[in-house]
Amino acid sequence: MSGVRVLVGTHKGAFILTSDAKRSQWEVSGPHFPGWDIYHIKGSPVNPDRLYASQSSDWFGQVIHRSDDGGKSWSPVSNKFIYEGNPGTHQWYDGTQHPWEFKRVWYLEPSPTDPDTLYAGVEDAALFRSSDGGESWQELAGLREVKGHLWQPGAGGMCLHTILIDPRNSGRMAVAISAAGAFRTDDGGETWRAITKGLRSDYELPDPDADVGHCVHNIAMHPSRPDVLFMQKHWDVMRSDNGGDTWQEVSGNLPSDFGFPIAVHAHEPETIYVVPIKSDSEHFPPEGKLRVYRSRTGGNEWEALTKGLPQENCYVNILRSAMAVDSLDPCGVYFGTTGGQVYASADAGDHWTTIVHELPAVLSVEVQTLP
Amino acid sequence: MIRVVLPTHLWRLANTSREVEIQVDEPVSLAAVLEALESKYPMLRGTIRDHVTKERRAFLRFFACGEDLTHESPQALLPEPVRIGEEPLRIVGAMAGG
Repeated sequence: MSGVRVLVGTHKGAFILTSDAKRSQWEVSGPHFPGWDIYHIKGSPVNPDRLYASQSSDWFGQVIHRSDDGGKSWSPVSNKFIYEGNPGTHQWYDGTQHPWEFKRVWYLEPSPTDPDTLYAGVEDAALFRSSDGGESWQELAGLREVKGHLWQPGAGGMCLHTILIDPRNSGRMAVAISAAGAFRTDDGGETWRAITKGLRSDYELPDPDADVGHCVHNIAMHPSRPDVLFMQKHWDVMRSDNGGDTWQEVSGNLPSDFGFPIAVHAHEPETIYVVPIKSDSEHFPPEGKLRVYRSRTGGNEWEALTKGLPQENCYVNILRSAMAVDSLDPCGVYFGTTGGQVYASADAGDHWTTIVHELPAVLSVEVQTLP
Repeated sequence: MIRVVLPTHLWRLANTSREVEIQVDEPVSLAAVLEALESKYPMLRGTIRDHVTKERRAFLRFFACGEDLTHESPQALLPEPVRIGEEPLRIVGAMAGG
């Protein structure tokens, strides 16, 4: 019988939540790696028992673990992320140039075709690839050649937090970097270019149409239509129909177009989800009401999804990697909060339940649909 | 044998016990102990000191015999009780909140 496995990274460990296809009864496993910041856990699309996890600690730095039994046991793999050549400098908060320094892995993206190949998005922003299951890492340094000296950290650090691989052509990838923008390669990571035409950052950048410097929070793609990208920017929800070459705003009737995650329905490529947050300085839902917004029209027209979600006195945040969907029918939608709740909907967002109430702050949520 | 006491996160990561014993060739300095420790437990590389520069991570401290050795030269000899295995070298996560 099919089921789902929800991989939750938190501020103090990882948790694995499993259910059958009804998604009404859950088993909770964890904490795995207790005490570590778990920025991301993700499974291989080729082999769902192959998982990769990123642990980070202010004390002990970065560790990466791999599992071959769906998270029951883990083995450490390489944490050696060395920038290619002399990485030079990027812009610092005070406008001076600052040396590139590895801090942590924010995001892991396993290859859609090879369980031993995966990509890591790191802070200070760069993209690394492993082709041996994480035993060694090599930087795709061409990315930093796209005006890397002008990138600067946002409040959360200069992190590469989103990696999208085109399922038609694994040489084509899009990545997003906080406070630097969005970038695409069409040649397997050798060369890159900014894909930010149409983004506007009127209050954040001196040149609102600059090609780098936009604070992209998250990008989502439906695998059946890899040319269509949906973006939650610092402010604005955006859409591209040409792989990021150009963007148009689709914020429409959202109560706030600030937010962090964005997700696409597994079976309806024009159905997308965001969680509006009040503002860049007030990171909680407008009016204290936790509402997921769904558009069935690829943006512009949004409906609030509230059934089962707190509609008063709710002041949590939902971080950029903390929302995901399963591929069952009906599609399941999941998200985690900085208050430690993980919410699930087994009917595409119409109704929500709380799987767990009191985890540490949730940093990331991924879902595996199991055979 | 040199005795080394590890912080919880690191002995769990190394899948060992809180206190480990390692063989270290003379002269027994902090750098030599860390080299031997990382050789025996390669998963600890990068968690105590930088992969390339070998600089100590900022929030780690090295204590032994009631002394803070954190800011001593990594090449300096460790105290004799540590060198002869009577006392452990303690690797400690600094008090830094979180």
